[in-house]
Amino acid sequence: MQIELNTTADDHRIAKLAAAALGLTLLEAAIPSPLPGVKPGLANIITLVVLAHFGWRSAAWVTLLRVIAGSLLLGTFLSPTFLLSISGALASLAMLAFAQTLPTRFFGTVTQSILAAQAHFAGQLAVVYFWLIPHAGVAYLIPIFAAAALLFGTINGIAAATLLARLPSTPQPTCVTP
Amino acid sequence: MKYLAYFRPGDWLTLALGAVLTGWLAANFWSGAAPQKVVIRAGGQLFAEARLDKPQRIRVPGPLGVSIVEIQAGRARVAADPSPRQLCVKHGWLSHAGDAALCLPNQLSVELAGAVRRFDSLNY
Repeated sequence: MQIELNTTADDHRIAKLAAAALGLTLLEAAIPSPLPGVKPGLANIITLVVLAHFGWRSAAWVTLLRVIAGSLLLGTFLSPTFLLSISGALASLAMLAFAQTLPTRFFGTVTQSILAAQAHFAGQLAVVYFWLIPHAGVAYLIPIFAAAALLFGTINGIAAATLLARLPSTPQPTCVTP
Repeated sequence: MKYLAYFRPGDWLTLALGAVLTGWLAANFWSGAAPQKVVIRAGGQLFAEARLDKPQRIRVPGPLGVSIVEIQAGRARVAADPSPRQLCVKHGWLSHAGDAALCLPNQLSVELAGAVRRFDSLNY
């Protein structure tokens, strides 16, 4: 029996972009971190590029697929680590939905990246505090996470802006359905 | 720095606000919670609870003799204790919620309590 899925060019594009983000996620998992949870979040560069080129819907698809597939590959699916990833991803997607409404003349990719990174850490800490570790000691980590979000948000924003400047400005279909 | 060319005016604003927010979070969360009162226990029993705004010295009797707990504006210490090694006296002033000094030989504990009782430890 053969199962046939009707896929569109959109589906293929989202799958390819999610695969690119997935590669960055796996690459990043190999980087040692002094504190669990403090990592660059390189895959968000892809999210930002997708947001700029294909809109929020595609960015949400790519991000959520990346989180789910990444957790399957890293063996953390449905574990606390996964819950932290998905809560951070949902929070930053919600923030990006707001950030893309800011006037683009003044606020560029760097702003979107910083806001998304901070929403990401805030969403994660909310889950940590209200569910995983309801301890006031978590508060001591908040400034560290906030500083890391600012630093990596800025760097990822610059990386995404650099990438966007080198890509053709009108999105080209990356795949034609056979 | 050619990468700074990718900053738009509002991006600098976002970066600055983010830095201010981070600084504020650090100042807020790293200063420690303000203590509300001092809790003194002797021999495992609650001996006294006192507010920290009124300077006073409290005499606490124990098996070795009398310990003296001194309270000043917002802080407390064990001023004198008959225990041999004087560990709780050397601990000095306690000024953050959750700080504690113990004089085990004389069975005295002095602890600063905050608005919210924090956990000692949690296990999962």
